[in-house]
Amino acid sequence: MEKITTHTGIGVPLRQSNVDTDQIIPAVYLKRITRTGFEDALFSAWRKDENFILNKEPFNRGSVLVAGPDFGTGSSREHAVWALKDFGFRAVLSSRFADIFRGNSGKQGLVAAQVAQDDIELIWKELENHPGAEITVDLEARLVTCGSIVAPFQIDDYTRWRLLEGLDDIGLTLRHEETITAYEAERPSFKPTTLPART
Amino acid sequence: MGKTLAEKVWESHIVRRGEVVNGQAEPDLLYIDLHLVHEVTSPQAFEGLRLAGRKLRRPDLTIATEDHNTPTIDIDRPIADPTSRTQIETLRANCKEFGVRLHSLGDAQQGIVHIIGPQLGLTQPGLTVVCGDSHTSTHGAFGALAMGIGTSEVEHVMATQTLSLNPFKTMAINVEGTLKPGVTSKDIILAVIAKIGTGGGQGYVLEYRGSAIRALSMDARMTICNMSIEAGARAGMVAPDETTFEYLKGRAHAPQGADWHAAVENWRTLRTDDDATFDAEVFLDADELEPFVTWGTNPGQGVSLSQAVPSPDDFADENEKAACRRALDYMALEAGTPMKDIRVDTVFLGSCTNSRVEDLRLAADIIRGRQKDPDIRMMVVPGSARVRLEAEAEGLDKVFKEFGAEWRFAGCSMCLGMNPDQLAPGERCASTSNRNFEGRQGKGGRTHLVSPVVAAATAVRGTLSSPSDLDPVPPAAALPAESGSTIHAA
Repeated sequence: MEKITTHTGIGVPLRQSNVDTDQIIPAVYLKRITRTGFEDALFSAWRKDENFILNKEPFNRGSVLVAGPDFGTGSSREHAVWALKDFGFRAVLSSRFADIFRGNSGKQGLVAAQVAQDDIELIWKELENHPGAEITVDLEARLVTCGSIVAPFQIDDYTRWRLLEGLDDIGLTLRHEETITAYEAERPSFKPTTLPART
Repeated sequence: MGKTLAEKVWESHIVRRGEVVNGQAEPDLLYIDLHLVHEVTSPQAFEGLRLAGRKLRRPDLTIATEDHNTPTIDIDRPIADPTSRTQIETLRANCKEFGVRLHSLGDAQQGIVHIIGPQLGLTQPGLTVVCGDSHTSTHGAFGALAMGIGTSEVEHVMATQTLSLNPFKTMAINVEGTLKPGVTSKDIILAVIAKIGTGGGQGYVLEYRGSAIRALSMDARMTICNMSIEAGARAGMVAPDETTFEYLKGRAHAPQGADWHAAVENWRTLRTDDDATFDAEVFLDADELEPFVTWGTNPGQGVSLSQAVPSPDDFADENEKAACRRALDYMALEAGTPMKDIRVDTVFLGSCTNSRVEDLRLAADIIRGRQKDPDIRMMVVPGSARVRLEAEAEGLDKVFKEFGAEWRFAGCSMCLGMNPDQLAPGERCASTSNRNFEGRQGKGGRTHLVSPVVAAATAVRGTLSSPSDLDPVPPAAALPAESGSTIHAA
């Protein structure tokens, strides 16, 4: 995974709460077996409306999405993160993220920055008054900057460290393989196995 | 101090406790007892293993099925949609290559991933269960810690049989009292979500407790835990008890002989200690509950069926006001309209929320001897091939067919708009599934989430209805095929 310390890009105000993952990417696009190439799928139902914000200049070149509370609820589909990244987003700002979406973002190098709703409101106004205004997401300092607004954001320590270092999760865990094997030796015998198959 | 059920299961699965390194708190590394796999969220994970030259660590703790893409009619023919077919074929090839047990379309054990785990007896108390599917929370009904994960985590579990997880907070959902006839566990969970909101459970593991929960069957408990994710929770749990043990005993993968006794002894310790404390508590009075239904486009936008469509003015919060306005527009509803005046086009009985045999029985008991509204299309989709067979052995298929409903093969079907079963734009559906998001059941489709008995009553009247709205059935037609099944048992 690529290291991230700060990112600066055009902010996109999405004044909506409960943006669920079915909106971010409808199920019909989940039939693909690749991990990339989902940019056409992002918000595909909403993008049919020519007034949707991502259809407008300069927001179609945006890379920091600023959304209402409860972003990424619903289905666990990591495709939602892939689609956001493929479209060009590098960070999403919201006052509340669904747990699974936040986890998936951390695995894929999309910064899910939790910003207080009052600050989100200020940033929305700034972006609407100055279309094309850029937002800087400083992962090191845990600050977002937009015009004169400087707001702190929350992200858990471990995810932040992994993003800053660009570390692969599986590689990190496999450093403890002996501990895993030792744990396995102690598992009770009554725990089920799927093999051999019984029906 | 005592521990909660969730904390006990967590503690017993810690492979390595997270340390503080350079001032950064690491998460705990937890062992995963059971990994459920389906075709949609696994291909990129298998590919990741292949590219890194890694093996699947524990094929014997892994099981796969085909459910999201599969058609529910003509299942003996090749899947018509080429991308769906490719995804299914990819799963088959991956399972073969990595030695994963797979229940394919047409197999007697095939079905929705969250139906087959419990049905095979693989889902057991005290396990950690994961799947690349948010409704993995279903398995919490057995006192397992069961979580939906993303594809990167699927790959992580495949390679290591563990997950790095930050500890959760705990929330007790106390439901005391007795449900009225016609009120089911679906109404409990819809009421919980309306109460705490779609983000209310965020960061929490919910534990459903109280006399109303204890009185529920396993099928009904699974319905509740299934929708924990709709309250934003990472998992939902019910402490195992005699009902749980009774359900498991004799199932294919339940412990046998001496192992059974050792297991039950262990399972009996899986309850929240009397002196344990939860980070949050919610109380719900079962006696007061009525059939519940959603009016909007997120599962928290629900009301009692006897109420009316709310107005944006009913909400103080600006975001909720805006969400209400947008939902009314999408759903084509006027504020103030009684919910029972809303006419639907389609009734869908199915999904991992409500497609177990008890759900089908409850719905069949309502429609037996009654006429379907002629303009309603009703689809009944059993959760697994085995549920279908069990229902047929009880004659439920005949009840549905005589009523004029379509009796389908097992799969996710119309829950998620990924297979041929979809709503047309503007079509309105009373659905026993779990999500009423925009376009969830098909582009432009409009979803009202309901219980199986409300779905059945709605199919009779054509408008959203509870069983108590129905005219009595003439005595000769009212006799159930099987004795002992009652509406309020759920």
